Amino acid sequence: MASIKIRAKAQDGVTTVKALISHPMETGLRKDSKTGKLIPAHHVTEVTAEHNGKQVMLANWGGAISKNPYLSFKFKGAAAGDTIKLTWVDNMGKGDSAEAPIK
Amino acid sequence: MNLLRRKFVKTAAFVGATVTVGSSALLMPQRAIGAYAKAAFEAKDVDSAIRESLGSDQRSASSAVKIKAPDIAENGAVVPVTVSADMANVTAISIVAASNASPLTSVYMLGSTTEAFVSTRIKMAKTAIVTAVVKADGKLYSAEKEVKVTIGGCGG
Repeated sequence: MASIKIRAKAQDGVTTVKALISHPMETGLRKDSKTGKLIPAHHVTEVTAEHNGKQVMLANWGGAISKNPYLSFKFKGAAAGDTIKLTWVDNMGKGDSAEAPIK
Repeated sequence: MNLLRRKFVKTAAFVGATVTVGSSALLMPQRAIGAYAKAAFEAKDVDSAIRESLGSDQRSASSAVKIKAPDIAENGAVVPVTVSADMANVTAISIVAASNASPLTSVYMLGSTTEAFVSTRIKMAKTAIVTAVVKADGKLYSAEKEVKVTIGGCGG
């Protein structure tokens, strides 16, 4: 299941990572318009990014991150051809990860 | 599934306990990386959201912290926010939207080689001040920006 799109580009020693995750990101506060019942919370809780196996970023997310989340961050010390790996886990225990080469 | 729930419960209990025991923020142990800050996301006001996510709510406004967000967001479900800080040793960044039912939107723990920069999209229930809090050398620095929301993003 490819739920992650990830791009990473190294320039002047700084790597910019941009990622899109496909996820409904339900807050648990929204009501179903047909039944009037609350839609249970279903959102990504943790996103980790690893560069060549070393963790460079860990994000904790609540339900207040938009649907199909976008995330961008920068780090130093990577070269073109290295691998960036992104992993997410949601509050229902589901998750996914993807790897991409740094350009 | 059940295991994960146990982990959540334990984490919440641990975070709760440290807050009550450690009155001084400096004495509080750094929350283990990988532990989900559940208590922080359950906090109902800005100060406790910051305290639970970064260990203290003692913050000073700093011009080195930059928050980029639209003045007016037509759709509160998608509000692009970019936080960057022109300072060294930044270890964590929190983004808080004051009017949301749970103000904390997200916390980012940064590695030693990671730049003080994150960009994401948040949901906002209504017009509110969005606060970016940056932790550098154990101290908190913040920047605020008011975002006017014409259509709320939290349904209901």
